[in-house]
Amino acid sequence: MSVDKTSANVDKTPEPGKHTPVVNPEAASAAVTAVDPRLLVREQGLLGYWTEFKRKMKAGELGSLPVILGLAIICIIFQVLNSEFLSAQNISNITVTMVGTGMISVGIVFVLLLGEIDLSVGSVSGAASALAAVLTVNQGWPEWLAVLVAIAAGAAIGALHGFFFAVLGAPAFAVTLAGLLFWLGFMLKVLGEDGTINLDSDGLIGKLTTYTFTDLAAAYGLAAVVVVLFFVSSFLGNRRREAAGVPSRPLSDTVLRTVLLAVVSFAAAYMYNQYKGLPLATVIFLAFLVGTDFLLRRTSYGRKIFALGGSVEASRRAGINVTAVRISVFGISGGFAAIGGLFLASKIASANQSAGTGDLLMNAIAAAVIGGTSLFGGRGRTWNALLGVLVIVSIQYGLQLESIAEPVKYMITAAVLLTTVVIDSVTRKTQKTAGRA
Amino acid sequence: MSATPVLALRGVSKRFGAVQALTDVELEVHAGEVVALVGDNGAGKSTLVKTIAGVHPIDEGAIEWGGKPVSISRPHDAQALGIATVYQDLALCDNIDVVGNLFLGRELQKFGVLDEVEMERRARELLTTLSIRIPSVRIPIASLSGGQRQTVAIARSMLGDPKLVILDEPTAALGVEQTAQVLDLVERLRERGHAVILISHNMADVKAVADKVAVLRLGRNNGVFEVKTTSQEEIISAITGATDNAVTRRAARTNGEVSK
Repeated sequence: MSVDKTSANVDKTPEPGKHTPVVNPEAASAAVTAVDPRLLVREQGLLGYWTEFKRKMKAGELGSLPVILGLAIICIIFQVLNSEFLSAQNISNITVTMVGTGMISVGIVFVLLLGEIDLSVGSVSGAASALAAVLTVNQGWPEWLAVLVAIAAGAAIGALHGFFFAVLGAPAFAVTLAGLLFWLGFMLKVLGEDGTINLDSDGLIGKLTTYTFTDLAAAYGLAAVVVVLFFVSSFLGNRRREAAGVPSRPLSDTVLRTVLLAVVSFAAAYMYNQYKGLPLATVIFLAFLVGTDFLLRRTSYGRKIFALGGSVEASRRAGINVTAVRISVFGISGGFAAIGGLFLASKIASANQSAGTGDLLMNAIAAAVIGGTSLFGGRGRTWNALLGVLVIVSIQYGLQLESIAEPVKYMITAAVLLTTVVIDSVTRKTQKTAGRA
Repeated sequence: MSATPVLALRGVSKRFGAVQALTDVELEVHAGEVVALVGDNGAGKSTLVKTIAGVHPIDEGAIEWGGKPVSISRPHDAQALGIATVYQDLALCDNIDVVGNLFLGRELQKFGVLDEVEMERRARELLTTLSIRIPSVRIPIASLSGGQRQTVAIARSMLGDPKLVILDEPTAALGVEQTAQVLDLVERLRERGHAVILISHNMADVKAVADKVAVLRLGRNNGVFEVKTTSQEEIISAITGATDNAVTRRAARTNGEVSK
């Protein structure tokens, strides 16, 4: 899953003699002959993984381990209580239901990477779904156009919040709190007197959460494509690294990772095919996760977001347009809130007055944090949103199976969130002493 | 050493409201030369450096670059000329690795995607030529020591191949070993033909690496000395403005105590 790849692939010895010629051979030979003796070099092979793992645990670099362990514990407990919990039907439903909150949480990850917060995402998601419903049902627009307008409106709303924060210097907390109230009011006004607009459940928005690829080949095919793409890109990447003389992973390493990914994806495909087939919502969510992860870690725009989360002053001196990046990140957050709102509206096939209210905002933020995104900026991945929202929705479904009432559900989710934040704070202390914070 | 200085300040003055921060300051830096800029707190060292770096445009006087008058009104102008400044607070991102920090704001890209392999290769090459030793180029800055961070910050300034490098108190917060590493690096910059302006409070460092010492006192020139032919006491008296000052009195007192 989200193993820390950067540190994994650097802890290697550079191969002597493979270096490009340098201007100052004397100084060069002094520096190249040996790797710095203080660097902990991972040994090759499985034993190397184990020692590296033990070292990271001691240094407090837990990564996504706590949340994966937590997820396993949740699954075991609910499975023992009710054997339906790990059924194909229940898991399939969980992975469809989580998409709405998960999409909003992806936007939250972007904002948290800056070290800021966006409290308006719940209201913005509700406003976007109301807007889409009014445009299609009341105004008779084609659904695809209404969807695009709703998403664009969400992004524009987010960018507006970003403008107040980045240009006028108002605290993001206060600006988005105002946004929370304003867009809630906007949604209620748009929905009008009766307050509920029913959507065509066979339309585009309705199909978002109901359509499944029933063909068995779809799920297996997607799994196969993902695994092959992963292997080919890692393999070619390593070849390039070798050719350039920089440290690279051994082939066994790549194969091991590919096999792990293959086991997970084919197991998921098998599970989906036991029920109704591969859900469209899940495919869209995964595509967005892959896309945003690529944006954050492989493009210069993503690098700017991380830089701002690390040090605003350093970013400014490096020539990064701080204002533009901030506005765009809030725009992304608003856009994902709108997308999430559409999925939530699709789930209930209507836009109503309670959309975007209740525990939605808190769940979206909690999902990002539970998944391992730092509240202090500069650390996190969009995959964190997937892990976090899986935990939250699994708890909801598990408690529903046990017919445990709403109050208890809130309290248990709160306990999980608190546990995560405590783990985060404690590991942060450990990381400080180990020089990694 | 070339005849035309890389950078020359001619009668530079700078005011902030009622305060005359710099008055008629002259300064010359040649290629392959380390000029130490010394002076007491408030003498105008930082202001002078900021006028060169384009943070504070000058009010009067002229800046000559390679013999030709230029105007530096923005940090961008200074960078375009080939002036790199390493500030005291380093301006590195703790959460990003060494390669990422070196190339921050000027990432190498291929089809719009970060070219990590090429950046890593060039980063290693750069650190190797400067004989900078850090455990790995792929660990976050947070795990480096203060001296290693300083060397990374200086290496970062070298990426654009500047003609003039300005170092603002590079050894202020460093231990003995790390200070030596940074001073080694300053010497390597000189060997490679860069002009260096070094701000420092530490006379030992100044004596160790500088060729010339330019003293500022109350915003005015108070002498430029050849390091080889000048004693530390002479420099200190130029900084404090008198031979009778707290430093010499203290030295005399402790000598007296020893002789008792």
